[in-house]
Amino acid sequence: MGEFKILGIGILSWLIFLPILGMIVIAFIPKTYERIVKYVALVFPFIQLILSLVLLLNYNPGLAGINKIEGFQFIEKFDWINVPAILWDGRIHIEYFLGIDGLSLPMVILTSLISFIGAVASFSIKKNEKGYYIMYLFLVTGMMGVFCALDMFLFFVFWEVMLLPMYFLIGIWGGERREYAAIKFFLYTLFGSVFILVTIIAMYFTSNVPIYGHTFNMLEWMDPTKLNPELPLGQLGSNFRYLAFIALFIGFAIKVPIFPFHTWLPDAHVEAPTAISVILAGVLLKMGSYGIMRISYPIFPDAAVSFTYPMAILAMINIIYGALCAMAQKDFKKLIAYSSISHMGYVMLGIASNTNIGYTGAIFQMFNHGTITAILFLSVGIIYDRAHTRGLYDFGGLANKMPKYFAVVIIGFFASIGLPGLSAFISESFVFLGGFSNTTIRIIAIVSTLGIILNAAYILWTIQRVFFGELPEKWNELTDISPRELVSTVPLLIIIIYLGIMPGNFINLMTASVNQLVTIIGPFLK
Amino acid sequence: MQTSIDLLSNLKSFLPETVLLLTIIITLIADLILKRKSPFVGVLGIIGLIITGIIVAGQFGIRESLFFNMVVIDPYSVFFKELFVLSTIFVLLFAMGSDEIKTSMYKNEYVYLFLSLTFGAFLMSSSVNMLMMYLSLELASLTSYILAGYTKKVKRSTEAAMKYIIYGAASSGIMIYGMSLLYGYTGTMNIYSVAQYLSTAGSSGTIVTLSIILIVAGFGYKISSVPFHFWTPDVYEGSPIPVTAFLAVTSSAAGFAILIRFFATTFSINASKEVWELIPNIGWTEVIIVLSVASMIIGNFVAIWQTSLKRLLAYSSIAQSGYIMLGLVVANKSGLTAMMIYLIAYLFMNLGAFYVTLLIFNKLGTDDIDEMKGLGYRAPFIGVAMAIFMFALSGIPATAGFIGKFYLFAALLETGKNSMIVLAIIGLINSVISLYFYIKVLKSMYLKSPEGDTSKLLFSAANYVVLLLLAVPTIFFGIYFYPLIKFAENSAILFWMR
Repeated sequence: MGEFKILGIGILSWLIFLPILGMIVIAFIPKTYERIVKYVALVFPFIQLILSLVLLLNYNPGLAGINKIEGFQFIEKFDWINVPAILWDGRIHIEYFLGIDGLSLPMVILTSLISFIGAVASFSIKKNEKGYYIMYLFLVTGMMGVFCALDMFLFFVFWEVMLLPMYFLIGIWGGERREYAAIKFFLYTLFGSVFILVTIIAMYFTSNVPIYGHTFNMLEWMDPTKLNPELPLGQLGSNFRYLAFIALFIGFAIKVPIFPFHTWLPDAHVEAPTAISVILAGVLLKMGSYGIMRISYPIFPDAAVSFTYPMAILAMINIIYGALCAMAQKDFKKLIAYSSISHMGYVMLGIASNTNIGYTGAIFQMFNHGTITAILFLSVGIIYDRAHTRGLYDFGGLANKMPKYFAVVIIGFFASIGLPGLSAFISESFVFLGGFSNTTIRIIAIVSTLGIILNAAYILWTIQRVFFGELPEKWNELTDISPRELVSTVPLLIIIIYLGIMPGNFINLMTASVNQLVTIIGPFLK
Repeated sequence: MQTSIDLLSNLKSFLPETVLLLTIIITLIADLILKRKSPFVGVLGIIGLIITGIIVAGQFGIRESLFFNMVVIDPYSVFFKELFVLSTIFVLLFAMGSDEIKTSMYKNEYVYLFLSLTFGAFLMSSSVNMLMMYLSLELASLTSYILAGYTKKVKRSTEAAMKYIIYGAASSGIMIYGMSLLYGYTGTMNIYSVAQYLSTAGSSGTIVTLSIILIVAGFGYKISSVPFHFWTPDVYEGSPIPVTAFLAVTSSAAGFAILIRFFATTFSINASKEVWELIPNIGWTEVIIVLSVASMIIGNFVAIWQTSLKRLLAYSSIAQSGYIMLGLVVANKSGLTAMMIYLIAYLFMNLGAFYVTLLIFNKLGTDDIDEMKGLGYRAPFIGVAMAIFMFALSGIPATAGFIGKFYLFAALLETGKNSMIVLAIIGLINSVISLYFYIKVLKSMYLKSPEGDTSKLLFSAANYVVLLLLAVPTIFFGIYFYPLIKFAENSAILFWMR
């Protein structure tokens, strides 16, 4: 399956640039019709969702991808900038290169799903809607681009561009301390990108391909024979490759976020409006772990393998430290923010295990964490819209007052704990299976299982505090979940339950790519 | 030896400068005839500049030396001349729409003053003789002193002019002393002959190093590099905004033109090659590294505390000079190209930022960032444009500023030397820091609600057109930068004698 075009434009380009079209349409809606803006804005993520389903239906799970262009599907590859010059001993060659494999497909589906859910959840935004949806759609473009790009320059452009709308979305539509949270998020991520950019440029000069000389094509970088052996980055096992791996890792770790780079996350989550928290937790965090799997690992397998141990340690710290922090929170949203840190630790543990099952678990966990945290943040949003407080101790007895809401939340919460029959159970067990089967990090994996207990503890405690016990007088007026809110949560619940019972089909999508990744890493394992 | 006939034939190649001089004279006379009221004078100036620009474009590819090796024409100087023409046209457009200038006691004098500075800049980009370099630098400086004090009745403007002239006089005095040392050592004013002498006879470390440090004072003040930057914030704040924009872009680009040519030519055996063959044991790159790092760090950190947009942009210019100088440190063609790419990007984004400042100043009468609260809602178009320029200045992708930075850092990393990698990382971290103050402007414009007067601000269509002319290239060259690179690459060719 090579190409798939609609109106002469590849489906991935549609997926990426459809929101830009939406931005233009919204920009031209006159002020008097401002109330239709949100419905117009909803149309575009909805079409994206349909397109990503088309993608899913036409996807051939037998192809691997990762480092072989033949393994990618829905490829679009054109010259973007091609300066045939003597400069840099070769040409400057940047491609518009998009493609999908088993690693990016789940992320693309997740992105379109969460973008749609986020757009539904955005209906509660009342301030300057036009500006909000323009920024929102811009953000969607950036996210989609990151997951489809296979040219490093293109990847970096999308990676950075996404920060701009995020800054404004948190900064304008956020809570009390929004300005602080917005700039903190921006500066942290930009600081990380510095290291990514340095590595990109260094790898560019190291790459050595026929005709063009140097290339930004990340698939070429994964082939050691296409690197200049005279340069330090071209020699497998050289110190410079380790440094470059660390630099990339820092850049991605800030996004994941991995301890000690996580401090931006609670601030950003607490201050962001509900829909943006959903996007942030649902998609943005995955970019970091996706970057590690898509870029760091296949390009620097030698370094990746030798950093297995420190990475596993960091993953363990994330899992346990995140859970402990979550336990100490009094703010509902902050609790979920810290639980995200904890859950992203599982992803990292899966990646560090360097096994088929661990990688599969990591990707699956990324997807599941996206859907589950989305539900949890939506739940917080629902209660906050009604009560205007998020204090865990302010509530009690909501289970009787809002039974439908309780039903939604409880499934989300149980999924977050990793209850069998729900999706996260599968992914977390895969991650731990991976961790146990790698003898180097077995101990760490065992210690990390403590996280599951801590996780259950804070979640159950939260349920107890918010939903059981006496209902305080002041909350007698609370209304149950509205149909619109059900639209934003129920699809996610269905997916969570479905993937908990029938994960096979979904896992099959990524098997080939995961195997390919293991064959790249494999030779370096001792 | 050339004869007077050669001199006359040289005049043919000097046509752009001649046309520019004619334009200066015509605008001067036209202003008198038209009783100093008509905006037609400005239009006349722009027409003159366009003609000059066309003639300059015709000289692309020519390499010759004129007037007994006083000035040269090479793609490098043609590039800078086009840059000056373009920026002067924009600045003239700014000035024609500036309330500050309209309300001052002088109406149209700015036209020929701007043009005179451009004439000086033309010579700065092409002189290869130290005497000529000094003269052209002085021509540009003297005009800028007058321009800084243009709004005579405004105290701050006069103060700015006064400060400027004192700093300027001191720096050019120091520079000419450095040049005299070099002349005394080598016995020639022509920088090619200086290079030849230094490469064959060898260099005595102390005298040459001393002269480099002294000469850098003159150039460094023109590009407002630390530690010669002290005039910058005050002059930028005091001068009328069109003049500030002119100093920040045209004058500083001219400073770079002369700085780059001087160092590339005087201290290398051959700088027309891919990698410049530097004369050994002359530590000019170290001097530039120090200036560059100091400019980046001081410019960026001090900018964080500024509350006046003009002062903020002044410190930003200081930091930007630091980035551009990184390209010189590399001392090869990649670095030169990167600097030129950056200068084009810099032209659009910096002029854009100043134009927004001007438009806001026209309406609000202040450039205090706190007074711009909610401006993004009161003037949406202006707000979006400012966002584009601010992000471009901080080097966020999909803007020309990113491409400029990308090429600079790529040129540094390409060398593979550890010191260059460290420099690149310092530069990149500085650009992260710079985001903090650039975004401060947007924070005030968008994240704060308007206070007091919340009415929409209306601007004329002409304002929007000028703004678009600056904002569209900033984005376009960020997405499709092929023409930018191609132009800079073809222009990065220095004239070489022998």
